[in-house]
Amino acid sequence: MKIYLKIWRQSDAGSPGQLVSYELDQVIPHMSFLEMMDTLNEQLILNGDRPVEFDHDCREGICGQCGMMINGRAHGPIPHLTTCQLHMREFKDGDTIYVEPFRGAAFPVKRDLRVDRSAFDRIIMAGGFVSVNTGQAPEANGIPITHEQAESAFDSAACIGCGACVATCKNSSAALFTSAKIAHLAKLPQGKMESGKRVLSMVAQMDIEAFGHCSNTEACEVECPQHISVLNIARMNWEYTLSRILKK
Amino acid sequence: MDKKQVLSTLLRKTLMALTGLFLCFFLVIHLLGNLQLLMPPEQAKESFNSYSHLLSGNIFIKIISYVLYASILIHCLDALLITLSNRKTAGKYAVDKRGASSKWYSRNMGILGTLILIFLVFHFKDFWYQYKFGSLPKDESGHKDLYTIVIAAYQDWWYVLFYVLSMFALGYHLLHGFFSAARSLGVYHPKYVSWIRVFAIGYSYAITIGFAIIPIYIYLTQHVLWN
Repeated sequence: MKIYLKIWRQSDAGSPGQLVSYELDQVIPHMSFLEMMDTLNEQLILNGDRPVEFDHDCREGICGQCGMMINGRAHGPIPHLTTCQLHMREFKDGDTIYVEPFRGAAFPVKRDLRVDRSAFDRIIMAGGFVSVNTGQAPEANGIPITHEQAESAFDSAACIGCGACVATCKNSSAALFTSAKIAHLAKLPQGKMESGKRVLSMVAQMDIEAFGHCSNTEACEVECPQHISVLNIARMNWEYTLSRILKK
Repeated sequence: MDKKQVLSTLLRKTLMALTGLFLCFFLVIHLLGNLQLLMPPEQAKESFNSYSHLLSGNIFIKIISYVLYASILIHCLDALLITLSNRKTAGKYAVDKRGASSKWYSRNMGILGTLILIFLVFHFKDFWYQYKFGSLPKDESGHKDLYTIVIAAYQDWWYVLFYVLSMFALGYHLLHGFFSAARSLGVYHPKYVSWIRVFAIGYSYAITIGFAIIPIYIYLTQHVLWN
């Protein structure tokens, strides 16, 4: 396959960037999108050019590091997929592919396709901790939790923090990410005790980081590689309103 | 770091939801009143005018009307502030196909809302202002004859078209708005979420068709049947 690429190149956070055109021959349909990018980078290095920088780690769809806007959609044209799990067979010979970094006021571009997503870390930090006394391992059945409850909490906890929800949101809202973290702990007895305090500080941090309002378009759920449900957002709204009303 | 917030992004949306839902409730009452216009002309005139008279003299309705004006204002101002703030946070792309993952009317609530606001300016000017401050003729029972004003307004095809198109803007606004309000208020139980989704769709269709059919009916009966 021959692929024409238009990739966002930007040397650092302060400089303006632009789309640069590249041509890549001998792309194999079985290549993952990131392997195609590796091939391009090898070519760039051989020519003495600076390779395209992009985030990646596990390359098996669970770490949440890789994230690119491919042809105007987060993680490419297929819903519920990470960039590393996208393969070149989804494209045709001679296609032009636009590759841009995830964008949003809270996601500044560091270089090329590499984006600073540390705002997510600060939201998690704002959530604090679950008060569990250290000591001997507690009896496993000391706190009764139903299977359904555990599964539901795990569904929320499955978020890998890739940022596709923010990238695809028309307002760059982090509602899905933040709500998944809030709901995950609020659904379990250990986390429930401090859920009121947690939701207030995490939402406050989310707003400080300059994420937008949630318009409930539900685009985030469509692009989320982990199928995180928008019902988490409803849960966050409920917990937040309740906490504001009950707060002393 | 100061984490004390008065109006967070979430509370702003709660405000949109509460005012929006009140307006949704008002639309039902408004539509029920308007449906009297579908009765035979003489009966409709008597019924509609005495209904208008009844409403304008009632203190309870007066309080509701002030809540209504406040809701419209807060809903618009809050939407404006939210939109301006979102414009600052939103990411921009050279190639943008994000529309594939959501409905067009969900993404364009601001535009639909502006269309409704433009419609409301004309709507208030032609009926509300006339009734409150204009010098309306009296009907046989001595009530202000709003019925004749309404019938006269729908004599022009372009006015009927403007009205019907505005109702479609309203319909799409409701299609997203009603359900979105429930989400913003925190309805997270899957069973009730799906019930509300079905109800919201039914509600939006009923309001749109209900309001749109009245000017069409009046135009057709005046121009086709009785001429």
